[in-house]
Amino acid sequence: MLTRRKFIKISALSAAALSFGAGSLSLLAKANKDPYALKKFSRFPTYCEVCFWKCAGWTHVDESGKITKIIGNEIDTHSNGRFCPRGTGGVGMYHDTDRLRVPLIRVKKGEEQTFREATWEEALDLIASKMKHIKEKYGSESFALLKHGSPGKHMEHLFKAYGSDTIGEPAYAQCRGPRETAFSTTFGEWVGSPEPTDIRDTKCLVLIGSHIGENMHNGQVQEMSDAIDNKATIIVVDPRLSTAASKANFWLPIKPATDLALLLAWIHVIIEEELYDKKYVEQYGHGFDDLKVHVQNMTPEWAYGITTIKPDIIRKTAREMGHASPAVIVHPGRHVVWYGDDTQRGRAVAILNGLLGSWGRRGGFFFPEGLSIPKYPHPKYPKPNWSWETLAEKYPLAEMGITNEIIRSSIPGEAQEGHLVKAWMVAGTNLIKSIPNKRLIEDAMNAIEFMVVVDTMPSDIAGYADVVLPECTYLERYDGIRSASHRHPSIALRMPAVKPKYETQPAWWMAKQLGERLGLHDYFNYKDFEEVLDWQLKQIGSSLDEMKKIGVKNFDRKEGNLYLAEGEIFEFNTNTGKIEFYSTELEAKGFDPMPKYTPHPQPPQGFFRLNYGRAPMHTFSRTVNNPNLHDLMDENVLWLNPKAGKILDIKDTQYVWLKNQDGILSTFPIKVRLTERIRWDSVYMVHGFGQTNKSMSKTYGKGAADTEMITNIMTDPIMGGTGMRGNFVMLLSENPHKTDTKNKKVI
Amino acid sequence: MRYAMVIDTLKCVGCSDCVVACQTENDVPIGYCRDWVVEAVAGKYPLVEIELRSERCNHCSNAPCVRCCPTGASHIVEGGIVLVTANECIGCGACIESCPYDARYTHPEGYVDKCTFCYHRVKKGELPACVSVCPTKCMYFGDLDDESSEVSELLKKRKHKVLAPEAGTKPNVYYLI
Ligand code: SF4
Ligand code: SF4
Ligand code: SF4
Repeated sequence: MLTRRKFIKISALSAAALSFGAGSLSLLAKANKDPYALKKFSRFPTYCEVCFWKCAGWTHVDESGKITKIIGNEIDTHSNGRFCPRGTGGVGMYHDTDRLRVPLIRVKKGEEQTFREATWEEALDLIASKMKHIKEKYGSESFALLKHGSPGKHMEHLFKAYGSDTIGEPAYAQCRGPRETAFSTTFGEWVGSPEPTDIRDTKCLVLIGSHIGENMHNGQVQEMSDAIDNKATIIVVDPRLSTAASKANFWLPIKPATDLALLLAWIHVIIEEELYDKKYVEQYGHGFDDLKVHVQNMTPEWAYGITTIKPDIIRKTAREMGHASPAVIVHPGRHVVWYGDDTQRGRAVAILNGLLGSWGRRGGFFFPEGLSIPKYPHPKYPKPNWSWETLAEKYPLAEMGITNEIIRSSIPGEAQEGHLVKAWMVAGTNLIKSIPNKRLIEDAMNAIEFMVVVDTMPSDIAGYADVVLPECTYLERYDGIRSASHRHPSIALRMPAVKPKYETQPAWWMAKQLGERLGLHDYFNYKDFEEVLDWQLKQIGSSLDEMKKIGVKNFDRKEGNLYLAEGEIFEFNTNTGKIEFYSTELEAKGFDPMPKYTPHPQPPQGFFRLNYGRAPMHTFSRTVNNPNLHDLMDENVLWLNPKAGKILDIKDTQYVWLKNQDGILSTFPIKVRLTERIRWDSVYMVHGFGQTNKSMSKTYGKGAADTEMITNIMTDPIMGGTGMRGNFVMLLSENPHKTDTKNKKVI
Repeated sequence: MRYAMVIDTLKCVGCSDCVVACQTENDVPIGYCRDWVVEAVAGKYPLVEIELRSERCNHCSNAPCVRCCPTGASHIVEGGIVLVTANECIGCGACIESCPYDARYTHPEGYVDKCTFCYHRVKKGELPACVSVCPTKCMYFGDLDDESSEVSELLKKRKHKVLAPEAGTKPNVYYLI
């Protein structure tokens, strides 16, 4: 297909620049080393940006000025001094020779489209002029920001000052949105991040498709290990023997897509056998009697036919939870956009926790407390005429921008009248891998006038940009203060350990430069970010100097206790002030006030359900080219049950291509791993591989992309989440692409 | 003094943090490793079990690699730690052949390298890098000659095993099972 916005490989440019990297590498290799010599280090505080957990630690720099290692800060509540493999391997992000090095500008000569290297002046001037143009012609609202992480925060400030709140991030509608809506309609609070789960003190931990240990959310993993030491009962519901399932006392190998039936049957047993926390439910609950009637017929026998989990196991596990109550956690999960009824499944999880009395209780969920950091003074943001909220109107309980709706609104004919998005800035997120339905993104990218990508790596999305801004890594820059909500408030500082490599720059600098070009000086009224940080830190009784020395500062709680006291009067932030087993808010918006089970399609003949997840050494698609982490896992594999392998005559380690229910083929083949750890009706792969950008030289073409196979989206009508687990794939032993895989086209 | 490592397979999640922490602590080149993670699967779905183990040099009390080293580069220091002196090593590979655990590799600079139990840290009273980073705190390090050390206590209380006991190497890395 000939597209107006052609994907450009950045490889030609980095090849020229490579000699630079290789030169400095050989110098390092020659350095003679004595393995037992004690090195002298300087260390600089940082908090990790390899995932969203934001663990605080120290970047170590040796005498030659080389970043050697990153070690957790012992007083940090996110890491307790221990980073996860990705955080430890964060050094690779800095050393990666494939990094973006200079600003790039797309140039078109007839049909030919290429990137040329540009100066910062040129690149920033061009973006600022486009921002002015969009504002004059369509209004600032038409320039959208799609973002993640720290660079996203700096750009959000710029966009709001500029007059656009057309902002979204995949972390909501492609990840944890449904659980937040589910918990806020039940308890009046989001679960939030890090999750306030009191795992270390729990007596019973229930995980539903949540694979702690493979998802390396540091505090969760650490506390699950404490729970194992404390002999807590662990119950894991997963069609796959996940790492967590292998540690569990009860593994329930459920038929995929039927979790809600199991949850309702658990609720049934807990009510029927009076295993719930009676005093708690009576004092804090709303709609218990309705719930009781609602689940009356949802017996374990009923659920057995749906889930394939035996009734006695359902009863036994429900009793385990009941006996542990209130020190029990039915975990809300994190990536929960599965089947489009995800808010309702999250509601069932929340209701279970409510019945067991675990919200606000030791060993259940604690009440987190954080410190609010005063914003550096700036004028009020102008009020946009429309925003992400306008685009999300059809999802009444959407609480953040729905990325896919912003993308859809970029396509004329799909957008609402007068709300057409004409330009994007994509900061810190590889949309191609994080948003399902690549076709939609491509159509949108072809329709928009202008697109900027801010990234450290030549990710897939960078190849589609008009301007690419190379950001320095988190080890080379200041960012906002990390203010953590946890058992007690704490703050952490990120400061550069070394100067930015190549011509890269921090996002705060880019935002300020653009702001100044747009006449928004008042919003960027500081010389550099140190000034902002020092001012903010002084407002809360610290200073930049102090934080440079300690990295993390812990504070005492001020706003009440970690847990509810016995019989404490407490008002929940719901319509009724109670824990809503019966949701008045959902009812008012026309949704089921209590969750109902609806069957979801099962794989047709010859197809397997595509399940995907995380590996402990990778975060999304952002770490696959990191030399240290690539070393630990260089491609993803397709888990297939040996029985299914036999029938299909597919051998272990054989490469296969995938074809989904809509006839979409995987660009690259994936290696099969025959394993008894998975059911015969589904396959599983780790997310993030199958990179199409050749400039990611280590990872290009290795493994397959799950997102590419996800074209059937089951949208959550309540909050707009994109359910992605309703896709089915066929395994092809022969290369379905005419060309050699090595030379495969990427569009 | 007899240093030992005790690793709880019931807590290990196979994350490989121990591998990358060792790489960055000890300057192990990309593409090589001193420790690695093994996943052993047994049974048929749904009656399946897995064991996750972080493996490395066992610092054997009866070390074949030390016996067979022609130059004396492979040697044992205080606490029973098996080390290789890089500039005495001729890279002949005899030790690599003799190790039943495949714990040694030839460093691109020509000498044989392997886990040192982080001797440079242990000397200072610090824990080995892998032990101190492990997010599940499933690795323990200490002196087995000290009856009351954490490692001694764990081996007294918990069921455990060593790898390839039949090789007669008397390994000092133990796995709690
Ligand atoms: S969990 Fe790991 S990747 Fe995430 S912030 Fe912490 S150390 Fe970094
Ligand atoms: S760091 Fe710990 S949990 Fe992770 S693989 Fe190594 S021993 Fe296992
Ligand atoms: S003890 Fe030190 S050298 Fe040995 S595997 Fe652990 S980190 Fe590596």
